[in-house]
Amino acid sequence: MHDKLEQEINAFPTAKLSVEHVCKDFHTRNGAVRALDDVSLTINEGEFVCFVGPSGCGKSTLLNIIAGLEKPDSGLALIDGVPITGPGRDRMVMFQEHALFPWLDVIGNVMFGLKQKPNLTDKERLEVAKYYLFLVKMDRFAHANIHELSGGMRQRVALARSLAPNPKILLMDEPFSALDAMTRERLYGDIQDVWAKRRKTIIFVTHNVREAVCLGSRVVLFSPHPGRIREQFAVGLERPRNINNHDLADLSMQITSALKGYTAAESD
Amino acid sequence: MKRFLISLLFFILLIMVWAGCTGELAFLGLSDSLWSPFVLPSPSVVAQYLWDNIVNGKIPLSMLITLRRLLIGYAIGLILGVPLGMLSARFRCVSDTLGVLALGLQALPSVCWVPLACIWFGQTEAALLFVVIMGTLWSVLLSTQNGMRSVPPIYARAARTMGSGPLHTLVFVTLPASAPFVVSGMKQGWAFAWRSLMAAEIYVSVVSGFGIGQYLHYGRELQRMYQVIGIMFIIILVGLLADKILFSPAEAWLHRRWGTDKE
Ligand SMILES: Nc1ncnc2c1ncn2[C@@H]1O[C@H](COP(=O)(O)OP(=O)(O)OP(=O)(O)O)[C@@H](O)[C@H]1O
Ligand SMILES: [Mg+2]
Repeated sequence: MHDKLEQEINAFPTAKLSVEHVCKDFHTRNGAVRALDDVSLTINEGEFVCFVGPSGCGKSTLLNIIAGLEKPDSGLALIDGVPITGPGRDRMVMFQEHALFPWLDVIGNVMFGLKQKPNLTDKERLEVAKYYLFLVKMDRFAHANIHELSGGMRQRVALARSLAPNPKILLMDEPFSALDAMTRERLYGDIQDVWAKRRKTIIFVTHNVREAVCLGSRVVLFSPHPGRIREQFAVGLERPRNINNHDLADLSMQITSALKGYTAAESD
Repeated sequence: MKRFLISLLFFILLIMVWAGCTGELAFLGLSDSLWSPFVLPSPSVVAQYLWDNIVNGKIPLSMLITLRRLLIGYAIGLILGVPLGMLSARFRCVSDTLGVLALGLQALPSVCWVPLACIWFGQTEAALLFVVIMGTLWSVLLSTQNGMRSVPPIYARAARTMGSGPLHTLVFVTLPASAPFVVSGMKQGWAFAWRSLMAAEIYVSVVSGFGIGQYLHYGRELQRMYQVIGIMFIIILVGLLADKILFSPAEAWLHRRWGTDKE
């Protein structure tokens, strides 16, 4: 039985993700908005990819399509060659707002996804949940109510909740944007730690170029109206990275000026 | 504590003024009543009436009869109203039909159902229940519907990504998420049920039991102002107690824990 637990926690499922010629329109009263225009992208196993771009360029839309919460109008999103038709436990989403369930306590929230996983007993689920709370340093608050936690603590619980079912892919939509700089820096450490230990494929959406360079092994730049991928940067800096590092600052400057180039061209 | 004392002081003062006007504060030189006791009886007469009729069991018995009607009508209103409100929140076609009907009927003061109930059911228990149900149902339906609509959609989305199917999401996510709103609806429903039952009891005098509202009615018939005022006290008390002891604490607790309070 111990072996099974060990296996549950230590299995390293990763997946190759590809997005092929995806288009998505939204129809509003003011006409159609092209949120994604012929977007293609391949993400390898165990990659940490950051999406960066100005507001409204379709980052969330692409993330939702990969999550299976929305369907593309044309084109395909595939995991290991299999088209995505709906949400699945192999892909967990961490939303911008915390989205924790306030009627459950901390451990109840982490257990929610685990409970839908068939081949485990309740005792094992509890052990797994405790392990992930420990990982995000929230084990002392297992029985706290959500409204008693600070914003940063909530995000750590949300991280544990999305990690607990051991997904292949972790989709994070601006998870730290509502937090102060100090808390965020601590969470950067946590998330790099988790990524290094757990070897997941992570897609991380942010407005903050510095954040993207600090976390990602690749940074994908988007531009709006219509939403397109403009440029990609590989980030080869050594890990664990500190956001105040010099080289990191240089690279983010470079990316920021590229980003400004599009937005300037856009407004001309 | 300080606020409680201020409230207490206010009400003591109010009763003193009442006593003064009805000639009960002789030691202050206010020995003449400003009005005839037919119009405004003194506090002690009202208290005496209440005391006598509580001790001889008349008021407790009529309370029992009234509360029984109230609970049955309220329960039926909830059992119909909550699920219908959920359907109405979930399905456009239900909210376009039933939802609009509820909106219209809720605007109708519940006392307006009394003539209809009397013609349909005569002077019977059924008429009373019907009025209470009509008073409760629509407001419960509407507030449940509004409550379900204000559940942030992110909860259901999060649940779906964690592998919840539609039924699982409804039972384990949408229902608990809407609890604070449903309780607010139940509270409002209770207030409506209480008002409608009083209206019904005043107008419908059935032989099957003498409710508290009927005491009020006969107080008027018999020109007993002390009975009218005494029974009004009881009605206020019941409404207040249910709200302050039962519903408001539950509602406040839920809103706080769910993070849906308005602060
Ligand atoms: N449900 C919707 N209905 C209508 N239009 C939508 C909807 N969702 C997104 N859009 C439009 O699609 C475009 C892309 O939206 P999306 O949310 O993907 O942007 P984003 O890059 O995530 O922006 P942000 O950084 O501000 O979160 C926007 O122009 C937006 O107006
Ligand atoms: Mg977004």
